[in-house]
Amino acid sequence: MSKSKSMIKKVTGFRLFLPLACLFLVLIINVIKTPSFFNITIQNGVLYGYIIDVINRGSELVIFAVGMTLVVAASGGTDISVGAVSALAGAVCCFVLSGGEQSTDFYHAPYLLGIIAAILIGMICGAWNGFLVAKLRIQPMVATLILFTAGRGIAQLITDGQMIYLRVDHFKMLGASIPGVPLPTPVFVAIIVVILTYILLKKTAIGLYIETVGCNSKAARLVGLNSTMIQFLTYTFCGICSGIAGLIITSRVYSIDANNAGLNLELDAILAVALGGNSLGGGKFSLLGSVIGAYTIQALTTTLYAMSISADQIPVYKAIVVVIIVTLQSPEFQKMRKALVAKISSGKTVKEAA
Amino acid sequence: MDNNAILTMRHISKNFPGVVALSDVDFTLRSGEIHALMGENGAGKSTLIKVLTGVEEFEAGNIRMQGMEHDIINKSPQMAQENGISTVYQEVNLCPNLSVAENLFIGREPKKAGMIDWKTMNKKSVEILGNLNIDIDVTRSLEHYSLALQQMIAIARAVDMSAKVLILDEPTSSLDEHEVEKLFQLMRQLKANGVGIVFVTHFLEQVYEICDRITVLRNGCLVGEYEVENLPRVQLVAKMMGKDFDDLSAIKKDQTACNKKECESIIEAKGLYHAGTIKPFDLVLKKGEVIGLSGLLGSGRSELARAIYGADKPDDGELFVKGTKILVSAPIDAMKHGMGYLPENRKEEGIIPELSVRENIVIALQAKKGMFKLLSKKEQEEFTDKYIELLQIKTASRETPIKQLSGGNQQKVILGRWLLTNPDFLILDEPTRGIDIGTKTEIQKLVLKLASEGMSVMFISSEIEEMIRTCSRMIVLRDGRKVGELEENELSQMSIMKAIAGGGENE
Repeated sequence: MSKSKSMIKKVTGFRLFLPLACLFLVLIINVIKTPSFFNITIQNGVLYGYIIDVINRGSELVIFAVGMTLVVAASGGTDISVGAVSALAGAVCCFVLSGGEQSTDFYHAPYLLGIIAAILIGMICGAWNGFLVAKLRIQPMVATLILFTAGRGIAQLITDGQMIYLRVDHFKMLGASIPGVPLPTPVFVAIIVVILTYILLKKTAIGLYIETVGCNSKAARLVGLNSTMIQFLTYTFCGICSGIAGLIITSRVYSIDANNAGLNLELDAILAVALGGNSLGGGKFSLLGSVIGAYTIQALTTTLYAMSISADQIPVYKAIVVVIIVTLQSPEFQKMRKALVAKISSGKTVKEAA
Repeated sequence: MDNNAILTMRHISKNFPGVVALSDVDFTLRSGEIHALMGENGAGKSTLIKVLTGVEEFEAGNIRMQGMEHDIINKSPQMAQENGISTVYQEVNLCPNLSVAENLFIGREPKKAGMIDWKTMNKKSVEILGNLNIDIDVTRSLEHYSLALQQMIAIARAVDMSAKVLILDEPTSSLDEHEVEKLFQLMRQLKANGVGIVFVTHFLEQVYEICDRITVLRNGCLVGEYEVENLPRVQLVAKMMGKDFDDLSAIKKDQTACNKKECESIIEAKGLYHAGTIKPFDLVLKKGEVIGLSGLLGSGRSELARAIYGADKPDDGELFVKGTKILVSAPIDAMKHGMGYLPENRKEEGIIPELSVRENIVIALQAKKGMFKLLSKKEQEEFTDKYIELLQIKTASRETPIKQLSGGNQQKVILGRWLLTNPDFLILDEPTRGIDIGTKTEIQKLVLKLASEGMSVMFISSEIEEMIRTCSRMIVLRDGRKVGELEENELSQMSIMKAIAGGGENE
């Protein structure tokens, strides 16, 4: 009895228990609603199925969430420009590769150059946000609002207000799949971003620095940390992530539509961080939690599509589920749950004694 | 049963996970008395008050207020207030940017036709404060007034909300002597009005000056309730610590390790200046010396330390470490030259609340080493265990978040953080503030031990006795200027007071 109890305590006390439980909940609803949810088929040597779709479509969100996690942890604020920055990065990439033409079927510049240009522009945008937040001490939401609005405008300037199409098979591979590989490429990109970030956090002291600055920036300075630099770096890193995500988004549709690329994804990214059990006030964070949060959101979106709910109505259903999940994770609810568990178990022991 | 008792708490018990915070504690408060609640950190004082004011729930026992038929259980501070129990904390919980009158009436503003009746509010505020002999402009914002006045305003507010029981939790920790005296006048007046006051403090002198009775707690248990005149100081301390009184004055410095003239100078400041806080300042600090900075609050004693450490960048002046000139633009530069700094405000500038004891200890060393030289998990754990043992830090484990530790243990963690960086020069700004006597003694002993091993220490404290015991030389500041320097043989309470007050000047 007591052994099983302590076991339950151990499991529920685990930091990622709630995010995982939420993901599980969404998946179970999926299976009930769509029994074929976990079915995987192979077509043309590529895996297909709802679950593959979730993992595939969730890639951009995972990458956004990784960057957002660090920004939130270090500054206690959010970067709301990530969607717009990804559109800008996509536009720059397409512009470089198409040589300014509106539609092309061959590269005008080396592919690698396009990739580097996109990541570089993401990094510059991130650095700009970081400068405003860390150096000038502007509220993160206000500081990143600048690129949130201006980012897509700049992208339009670059593309001259038109969509740019890159009808090159090679260009599509990043967003679709590489011949002979059964899993879509974005999955690998997301995994690589997560693993590299994880290594960076584990093998250097930057993770500890970020948590320290996020918890108490005054104390952080007095123990010899450069809070400004650390916050600046997290925003820059977040910009790089946006650049990478922008590349995937562009490649999926082998074109850039500056108005719609990455639209509203910043909100999903922030939500992913919160669903991962991270405090939006900064401080301690769990990268893995955010990744789980991102997949939860994507699973939800895919479910709603699978239930053939129209794209316009999806936000409503999403909001309902999010309310439930956030409530489940709130400290007040946790208190109530604990009180309830205590009541039940004490009732049980009384019964046993009787 | 005490007829005059305004508040009785009986058999109160409370458990925190793994810890018995209160076990079968009784507490009785009479109307018109000032009752000291004493005990070391972790004795259960705060928990008892939290239970009484509804911040925490209790598991067993009952609380009864005079004139009420039934036991009361306060579920929230608001409910406690409705039952006539108000609390004023060390940190004033008012809104600094609102006016004094607004602060007095926040949440219960007098209204006229649905709008706030400013005229009545200001008039009433003047009355309330007038009754307590406080004469100030109630329309100015609260932040214009000193901390002491803010505290009195908080008390006035509490009393005006028909408090029969007033709890003062360490109200004097950040006040200077003059302000304390004012606060005491106010307390005496409230006492005459029949209010029962619970006074939580670490200062023995104050207990003997103002209190009628004392309740002593230790490790969550009641030790006893005493009349002040029947309990000599030494016995009070013995009861709090539960062991024979380790006489503080028994700590004696060894003779200063070496002749000062021969000793190498560690820190030398020339014309150090920070606009608004310190005037150009010269200072020489030798190896193995414990130098005291004394003066009233705002005299520049903390500001000088901060300027040396680079916490506030000095506007002018030169700093030499072991004879070489250095540039300090941020604390990390000072750390690289072997300095460490334990800040005055532990909560705001010292601890990193959410992080573990381990992370709080290694962070300074890790910052010094740089981002890419991560201390291995094993090293971190070894260091942490070493300082937990050396400083006898009471913590459930090394992974416990520091915010769950008591104040004294938090301070020890921060001390450990700096000792781990192995500094040549350690600045301790009020290291013993808000800490129980046992830990105080330990810290003082540690300072002397470190100095005898060759570390230079700058010691800042408002308690002159403590300074006399630990310092080998003392610098007295007033208005950001050095007004006196006392050698070890000249150190006495009288000489320091004289230097602080200033010879012959009317201040």
